[in-house]
Amino acid sequence: MEYGAAGTLGQSAAGRIECQSVRKTYRDAAEGTEVLALDGLTLAIEPREFLTLLGPSGCGKSTLLNILAGFEKPDAGKVLLNGIPIERPGPDRGVVFQDYALFPWLNIQQNVEYGLREKGLAKSETHAIAQRFLAMVGLSGFERRFPHELSGGMRQRVALIRVLAIDPKILLMDEPFAAVDAQTRTILQEELQRLWMQTLKTVVFVTHSVDEAIYLADRVTVMTARPGVVKAIVPIELPRPRDSTSDGFNHYRRAITQLIEVESRKVFAAAAS
Amino acid sequence: MDARRASLNGREAISEKARRPLGQWRVALPHAPGRLAWYRMARRALLPVVLLALWQYASTAGIFDPSFVPSPMTVLRSWWEWIFGPRSELAWYSGTWLEYVWLSAWRVLVGFAVASGIGISVGVLIGWFELIKDMLDPIVQGLRPIPMTAWLPFATFIFGIRESAAIFLIAMGSFFPIVVSCTIGAEQTPKNLVRAALMLGTSPRMLLLRVVLPSALPYIFNGLRVGLGIAWVLVIVSEMLAVKGGIGYAMWTAYQFVRIDLIIAAMFTMGLLGLASDRMLLVLNRRLLRWNTGLRAR
Repeated sequence: MEYGAAGTLGQSAAGRIECQSVRKTYRDAAEGTEVLALDGLTLAIEPREFLTLLGPSGCGKSTLLNILAGFEKPDAGKVLLNGIPIERPGPDRGVVFQDYALFPWLNIQQNVEYGLREKGLAKSETHAIAQRFLAMVGLSGFERRFPHELSGGMRQRVALIRVLAIDPKILLMDEPFAAVDAQTRTILQEELQRLWMQTLKTVVFVTHSVDEAIYLADRVTVMTARPGVVKAIVPIELPRPRDSTSDGFNHYRRAITQLIEVESRKVFAAAAS
Repeated sequence: MDARRASLNGREAISEKARRPLGQWRVALPHAPGRLAWYRMARRALLPVVLLALWQYASTAGIFDPSFVPSPMTVLRSWWEWIFGPRSELAWYSGTWLEYVWLSAWRVLVGFAVASGIGISVGVLIGWFELIKDMLDPIVQGLRPIPMTAWLPFATFIFGIRESAAIFLIAMGSFFPIVVSCTIGAEQTPKNLVRAALMLGTSPRMLLLRVVLPSALPYIFNGLRVGLGIAWVLVIVSEMLAVKGGIGYAMWTAYQFVRIDLIIAAMFTMGLLGLASDRMLLVLNRRLLRWNTGLRAR
């Protein structure tokens, strides 16, 4: 490909992530107490793997993602990307936020080009790359629109290609489809899977939907209630694209739902006491 | 048959409207085309026209004492003479309007430009860097409660009856709303936008330019509008008391010569100047903040 690393699909080596005994507490400002979010979490994510993090709300899955992104630092333990400690956010780890986090003052084209410009690419290059990615998710013709003029599903597509365009080693997605309606969600899941199969990036995907986790993942990581550690890792051995009404899918759905319900009950019990 | 069709059409029109998403209703209201636009213009003009007519009637019918309250026509005639009359030693005001408007506008422009330049940079820096906030915020918050008119004796004492006194006062007065607004704007920068920029490769040093400043723009413009209003207040005050020339100076002289017609003409002049400058800022606002329009209710 003629564009070099940025703007190409899956040209840069996919990343391997290692979390070793990661511990994280944070202050609950309202309660004035210290909350233990992660308690010695250990997890390895293989290159080109699609891993979903599933757990009851408040189990620390978003905290873990923020640590991987470099937005937050662990209190103890190590987080390594290809053997190098993660210390700050950077373009080798693309983050897709639940609330899109598109720059509202930039139009769609400029939003997609943002990371490419930061890499120092010439305007003609960034323009061509952005056009290509916009076409890939069916958003050609929306270049000059501003984010507020687009639907939630369209905004999330822009947020996704904004990071794919800079060709990161890892894709970190924090409940990216939680704010869109069910139909759009299904379409976005399919699109994400298609893009992932083309790029084969390492993806860490946080969700609280069992179906979404099974549909997308190579391995589903079920986390315990707070303080979060890994409760179970379930490899999904179903061919893609997956049929969520098939027997095989149902088998996984039943098993994982059982695992997660135990943890959800703990959250309720803790809240009630 | 025709009546039935009409009612059917009516029903279709209603259901068509009902099917429209909410957003289209919002857009349809303020931009109604054609006849409706004229209707709205007339609606807007109604009250001012009625008030002017009443004022004229009260003057000609002798309800107002003409030496005390001049009629609108008298005001208009004096205003005309103030604008277009020949320069003369005998009538101090004749033909001076344009020069005085220019003087006042120039003072506002310079004072406001200084205040905007310093106010925006200081405000955004205070809002973004904790160190700068700790160092500068006490001074800003400490000086802010002093009413601007209270600076007047100090300013004239330091600068004398000169341009610099007026410009100091105007800059000082419009600085505070600008700086406060910009501080809030920078403080309100959404955390996820900062994170997104860092993730996309923006260096921490560039965050201010790439994220904080654009994200604070709506607040900055609010501050500028308030500051501009205050600048016009202070140009009048300083021209009445501290400098020569300008609309405020004319107003004060008219007062001393007991020319209420000219006082009223000067008031209208100020109103028009304030309105025009505010509109200019609004046009700039719309161009720079097109991305922000979708967040408004109407």
